[in-house]
Amino acid sequence: MEGLLPKLPLADWIDRFVDWLTVTFAVVFDAITVSLEGIVEGLFAALAFIPSYILIILIGLLAWKLATKGIALFAVIGLFLIDNLGYWEGMLETLSLVLTAVLITVVIGIPMGIWASQKNTVKQIITPILDFMQTMPAFVYLIPAIFFFSIGVVPGVVASVIFAVPPTIRLTILGIQQVPADIIEATEAFGSTTTQRLLKVQLPLAMPTIMAGINQSIMLSLSMVVIASMVGSPGLGADVYRAVTQIQIGRGFEAGLAIVVMAIILDRITQNIGIKKQGGKI
Amino acid sequence: MKEQHVKLSVKNVTKVFGKNPKKALQLLNEGNSKTDILKRTGSTVGVNQATFNVHAGEIFVIMGLSGSGKSTLVRTLNRLIDPTVGEVLIDGKDITKMKKEELRNVRRKKISMVFQNFALLPHRTILENTEYGLEIQGVDKEERKKKALNALKLVGLEGYESQFPKQLSGGMQQRVGLARALANDTDILLMDEAFSALDPLIRKDMQDELLELQSAMEKTIIFITHDLDEALRIGDKIALMKDGEIVQIGSPEEILMNPSNQYVERFVEDVDLSKVLTASHVMKRAETVQIDKGPRVALQMMKKLGISSIYVVDKKQILLGAITADDAKTAAENGQTLQAIINPNVQKVTGETLLTDLFDKVSTATIPVAVVDENNRLYGILVRGAVIGGLAGNNEVINVLEKAKEEVAADQSSKGGTH
Repeated sequence: MEGLLPKLPLADWIDRFVDWLTVTFAVVFDAITVSLEGIVEGLFAALAFIPSYILIILIGLLAWKLATKGIALFAVIGLFLIDNLGYWEGMLETLSLVLTAVLITVVIGIPMGIWASQKNTVKQIITPILDFMQTMPAFVYLIPAIFFFSIGVVPGVVASVIFAVPPTIRLTILGIQQVPADIIEATEAFGSTTTQRLLKVQLPLAMPTIMAGINQSIMLSLSMVVIASMVGSPGLGADVYRAVTQIQIGRGFEAGLAIVVMAIILDRITQNIGIKKQGGKI
Repeated sequence: MKEQHVKLSVKNVTKVFGKNPKKALQLLNEGNSKTDILKRTGSTVGVNQATFNVHAGEIFVIMGLSGSGKSTLVRTLNRLIDPTVGEVLIDGKDITKMKKEELRNVRRKKISMVFQNFALLPHRTILENTEYGLEIQGVDKEERKKKALNALKLVGLEGYESQFPKQLSGGMQQRVGLARALANDTDILLMDEAFSALDPLIRKDMQDELLELQSAMEKTIIFITHDLDEALRIGDKIALMKDGEIVQIGSPEEILMNPSNQYVERFVEDVDLSKVLTASHVMKRAETVQIDKGPRVALQMMKKLGISSIYVVDKKQILLGAITADDAKTAAENGQTLQAIINPNVQKVTGETLLTDLFDKVSTATIPVAVVDENNRLYGILVRGAVIGGLAGNNEVINVLEKAKEEVAADQSSKGGTH
């Protein structure tokens, strides 16, 4: 085969495309960098301003209200452990990064999901792109992200969003399309407009599914923190990365454990938001 | 019947599902069968040239087995499904040619719908569900609440406003579905197998309630069902569908008595006749003797006819009672009048009584049960054999008696003429 057809210069094209993007959209990328940095740092400053024990109690209360007593207890003990081990600041940095990524995920993902659920062509275009985003190894787009956004927390956020947005979009589409056909028919029969149908019927009924999507996005963006630390994002990921490169097994385990505790707390709280809402009404 | 103006007129409505409706339509017009068309074009004919009129205030039942196209047909009436060709006129306006906006208005103001599986919004309370149609029209909160509460009251769901659909039984959920449709106060109500998902007892209650509501509201109702008993119970008119075609349209009685083809006949075969046939369908011509005749005349008549008792009427055919042959014989020997021996306590029913309801009376009566009108005028008698024959679906019995009824009616009018 070799020689019969010349090798497709795909790598070359991509290189040139990335160069072109970097130069042409420099202003746009700079604006994104500044605003994302602003959000992450603002969040971190706000969280760090609160004394750790007060924040622990607040998170405990939040868990109690949104989830169960058991989860609240776990959150309080787990967070005390993180504080005690000396990873409080790292945890807050990671939390700011994850929350920012999830915020962007929701802002992009839900409207995209709604759009795709209404138009089949959009869905058909979006689906392979989502597959691409989920399976393409993160490092591959991490490097161009450095070109666009320079080293720091922003390429980390962008990489997290790319990796975490597909489940929110997919489950928003699924949730809306799962609304039973006879209910849609009924809303049509009474003369609803498309917007009325969407806001009064489809979105409320899709909410539990959409919440499950957001929950998945949170977990995925958490799983990106170590990779994000390689391009300079601070936080628990950086602690793990440092420990691993210096073969400090104990410290690596501590930082890893802190990530696990965070993940469980975030997961249980967000999982229960959907269920509690559903349980009350449906 | 009140005003007879045509509320809804369906003309040649055809619906072809599939990729090549034009070819299918052409084949259909050439007289090819549904299966042929499916084979040749891959298209399914859902509804084939349906034409009918529904008058204001009428309950029009579309009946057929599943797959007969009845649900498709009803959905073309508010264009949940667009007909491939044909016209659907509501108050003279063709909705198939309407733009989105106009169509939405028709759906909001003129035509509402009740669904087989209720199709309630699970995240809304009963009140919010009932308000839905008004809410999307932008009716203000107070007014739509008032109207919704009123509709809920009509269907007997007062006090359930703040419940959620899942908390109610199937029958109650369908009442909510009905209330939601009523709240919009549209003239036309489409009911797509509205009671089919309910168990038989609840279904019967709902039918009764619908009829009761209808007597007060006089909506134009198009009711879809696969259940002939239901169709006969509530329909003013019934259209029978098969393979997308309407095979017969008529009153329940016409459908039963004169099935237009074998398909209808087979359908009608299984129906519980006792719930459809009335006393006037199976009654026989009554043999009577007038009160001013003597006992000997009565005795002579009974002997001639070979019967052991006879009804006594006055000149206006008003039923006075019955006498037996034995009593007449004694009276003749003792020189008494008929007045003295008449037994006024005879079993009477009206002509509209259903066979189910009079079976008990007929089986325990010692003399044939009398059929009278509201003025106690004697119309005919019920002989046990004919009632049982009617229950068994013996058409001969029914037809013979139909003739008898006509005779009675003719008799009646000629009597009226001599007055």
